[in-house]
Amino acid sequence: MPSLKDLKNRIASVKSTQKITAAMKMVAASKLRRAQEQAEAGRPYAERMGRMLESLAANVSSNGQGPKLMTGTGKQDVQLLIVISSDRGLCGGFNGTIVREARRQIARLEGEGKTVKVLTVGRKGRDQIRRTNPKAVVFSYEDIGRKRLSFSEADTITAKVLEMYEAGEFDVASVIYNKFKSAMTQIVTVQQVIPFAVSGDEAAAQDSGELKAMYEFEPDEEQILADLLPKNLSIQVYRSLLESAASEQGARMTAMDSATRNAGDMINKLTLTYNRTRQAVITKELIEIISGAEAI
Amino acid sequence: MADKVEFELVSPEKLLVSQPVDMVVVPGSEGNFGVLAGHSPFISTIRPGVIDIFEGERIVDRIFIAGGFAEVTETRCTVLAEQATNLNDLDRAAVEQEIKDRGEDVEDAKSDTERAAAESRLAIARAKLEAITGATAH
Repeated sequence: MPSLKDLKNRIASVKSTQKITAAMKMVAASKLRRAQEQAEAGRPYAERMGRMLESLAANVSSNGQGPKLMTGTGKQDVQLLIVISSDRGLCGGFNGTIVREARRQIARLEGEGKTVKVLTVGRKGRDQIRRTNPKAVVFSYEDIGRKRLSFSEADTITAKVLEMYEAGEFDVASVIYNKFKSAMTQIVTVQQVIPFAVSGDEAAAQDSGELKAMYEFEPDEEQILADLLPKNLSIQVYRSLLESAASEQGARMTAMDSATRNAGDMINKLTLTYNRTRQAVITKELIEIISGAEAI
Repeated sequence: MADKVEFELVSPEKLLVSQPVDMVVVPGSEGNFGVLAGHSPFISTIRPGVIDIFEGERIVDRIFIAGGFAEVTETRCTVLAEQATNLNDLDRAAVEQEIKDRGEDVEDAKSDTERAAAESRLAIARAKLEAITGATAH
């Protein structure tokens, strides 16, 4: 049976842990709100970019030749996975699920006889993937979006990816990230970014077919598309970073919320034991005094 | 001039401007073009330069952008730009310093791709200065 002093210390330590987790939950909640706002603000650009791309792609694909970013290299031998995780832990299953999915993809692609290269964003993902697939990780970024995620950070990642693509270091690139659904749920998403997949929705294409045919282009379609595709890649990377940042804060908030609650339960239980022990000690002392008095 | 064009300036981080205007002049990569209501739909790339927003015959706003894309339809003009600054917020001394810095970058560049990137940044900074001197000359 633990002594009274031990119990007291234990309660004090759990209480201070609870204070920390409660504070972290609050911080995560406010960061989550900011991340959500940012994701919201980035939406118009992505939407308009998508609209322009679709009308362009419809025009270009009809005459066969397109830029390499859209048509691909014609091979699928080397696959690049861009894994987006977080720099910090204590966010529940956030990094775990991402890494598990990444490993699953690596195993699947290698099973198909392909070479897999991994580019990681975030310290946690890098460390965990490096443990199982030390050779696969070709490049990693840390401290992305530490203060506030900016578009130029997404641009540096994209520049690196494009440089590798131009050098023929990979054929297909996909991004693996946590898509934000709600503070409680994040969905692990794998999205192919190179070659760019035109949302090949036949019906939708026909619906707006008339509209598209009307656009004039200056300079010609290929030229614009060649400029637009790298930008679009940046946007997609930026968006997945935003989604991931929001997911991270959401996951941390939920994790810290349950940690705070668990700490509360634990304090209750410990307090109960403490009080019982205290009573027992008092009773014992009384018995000792009484039996001592009787003996005289 | 009863009709107005819905002008939108969007950066990846947020929607910067969204307002109906009488006319906008956009620095397209193959020459400036003005957009009035009822313009035929087209898509163009943009070189670094200044967007002029007109209310009636008067310029009400001048915004410097460092390249991007424009999509024009009969009722709308959407500009996608990465960097946009109101011309009034640009500081001449700061821009001159930037040109100097970028010029050094070009000289320091080690590879061709690095040089090309540095040169395009220099071009943007030069266009900025041009925009400022142009504005004060008015």
